[in-house]
Amino acid sequence: MKRLILSTAALAFTAGMAFAESHSVVRMGTEGAYPPWNFLNDAGEVDGFERELGDELCARAELTCEWVTNEWDSIIPNLVSGNYDVIIAGMSITDERDEVIDFTQEYTPADPTAYLALSMDVDPAGGVVAAQTGTIQAGYIAQQGWTLVEFATPEETIAAVRAGEADAVFADKSFLVGALEGQSDLVMLEQEVQIGGGVGMGIRESDTELKAAFDAAITSMKEDGSLNELITKWAVASTF
Amino acid sequence: MLPPPPYSTGITIFEICADPSQLNGFSWLSCYLTTGKHMAFYQSFGTVLLLLAITAPTALAFGFMGAAGARSRIAPLRWIGKTYTAVVRGVPDIAFFLFFVIALDQAFEYVRHRIKCPDWTDAIRQGSDFIVCQAAKLPLGNSPQWIHETYGFFLAVLTFAIVFGAFAANVLFGAMRAVPHGQMETGEAYGMSHRQTFWRILVPQMWVYALPGLSNLWMVLIKATPLLFLLGVEDIVYWARELGGTKTPQFTDYPHGDWRIWYFGALLVFYLLFTKLSEVVLERLMTRLTHGQATTGGEAQRKGLA
Repeated sequence: MKRLILSTAALAFTAGMAFAESHSVVRMGTEGAYPPWNFLNDAGEVDGFERELGDELCARAELTCEWVTNEWDSIIPNLVSGNYDVIIAGMSITDERDEVIDFTQEYTPADPTAYLALSMDVDPAGGVVAAQTGTIQAGYIAQQGWTLVEFATPEETIAAVRAGEADAVFADKSFLVGALEGQSDLVMLEQEVQIGGGVGMGIRESDTELKAAFDAAITSMKEDGSLNELITKWAVASTF
Repeated sequence: MLPPPPYSTGITIFEICADPSQLNGFSWLSCYLTTGKHMAFYQSFGTVLLLLAITAPTALAFGFMGAAGARSRIAPLRWIGKTYTAVVRGVPDIAFFLFFVIALDQAFEYVRHRIKCPDWTDAIRQGSDFIVCQAAKLPLGNSPQWIHETYGFFLAVLTFAIVFGAFAANVLFGAMRAVPHGQMETGEAYGMSHRQTFWRILVPQMWVYALPGLSNLWMVLIKATPLLFLLGVEDIVYWARELGGTKTPQFTDYPHGDWRIWYFGALLVFYLLFTKLSEVVLERLMTRLTHGQATTGGEAQRKGLA
């Protein structure tokens, strides 16, 4: 009888081990070029809202996490082929992406999208709009049938407006507010659009245990208010 | 008293760099240019040079095998050689770097999976996911970041070698044909076997015909390294773009505007110097290879000596 209990315990232990072993290190993939969400600090490390959030979530889920950067363009293919385990890069939850990967529950609510231009009287519908490739913003402009120019990085979309290549940048408001700081030549248009859902972590569809672990950690951060504190600290979105 | 910044400032080399907002001019610049991020930028020059140093000979080996295969008397070898040069040269580089590398990585993992986990029952492809057992992962999921980076680097070397090897194969194939046929016939008249004429007559003489084409490939290869970032290897162009981008005071101790022009200017100087150096070296190599050759260059050298 004693032996039976022991072996059951051992079995339960090894089942737990199997998950722990497959995720003894969880690799967190991000872009590192989208302040305040994620960016590289002066020391060259990943920093920002998502760095702090990710580290806290890993601590709560008792996981060891490691940060890697990947270009936005190939961020989903590299997740599904297993080069890292999580996408945490300000990625809005959309149906289109959900077909390929899974998302945890949202860790920031849907945030308005805004325009940045050189003057207040720019009409995005009649002009050229710059957006980052593969974002919901680029998809929205294309859907409207407006003129869209796409760039690989968020930085280039703003440079395009300065250079006169585009009339306005279309991006998350939180990113544009950060970009506006200390700049006198750019203004934010009053017009705002609500597109897409909240932002969540992207996880492989087969990785259900990891998804459950992060979902639980996000719930606990929502409940004790620490998530709202982080959102306010980095000014990335409205709070829950 | 200002609140502490939300971002980490990391380690600084000089004592005075602790509070950059108080600095100006030269001391500001010396602190700015020695941040951890800039150190990564300087290191990436080493990464690029190392990549070139490993890729060039590997690509040449691939090219040599491709060319030797394409002119082989054994039909299957000839087919392989010709298919390799035709297919790889036909596929756009960017497609090659986006899809081929992921496929290559998955092929390695699939083979390891078959060997290491024979009793695995789940499907490897589940929808769009590619799942192999943990022991088959390359590199192992729990290995440190530098191993992942080294592995990515070697995948990059292999991919570059395959792509540039196909072009080199075509150059070498042409060079082999340019060696005067009389030379080969003379070798045969002396009783050399096919293998002997290939190694003793053809190979030593073909380089002089191959060098102009190979030097072009080298010049293109030098400038193809930004493709590395598609593989997660951070090269000099990635860092120049990252460092040169506008930095607002909220996220850094060293705010500045759009400085990409300065960083790309520095890269321009680097590339021009590197190209110049390559030209000098290739020119010397050409002089040595021309020596004693039955070409106009060789003839001119001979007359110059006489």
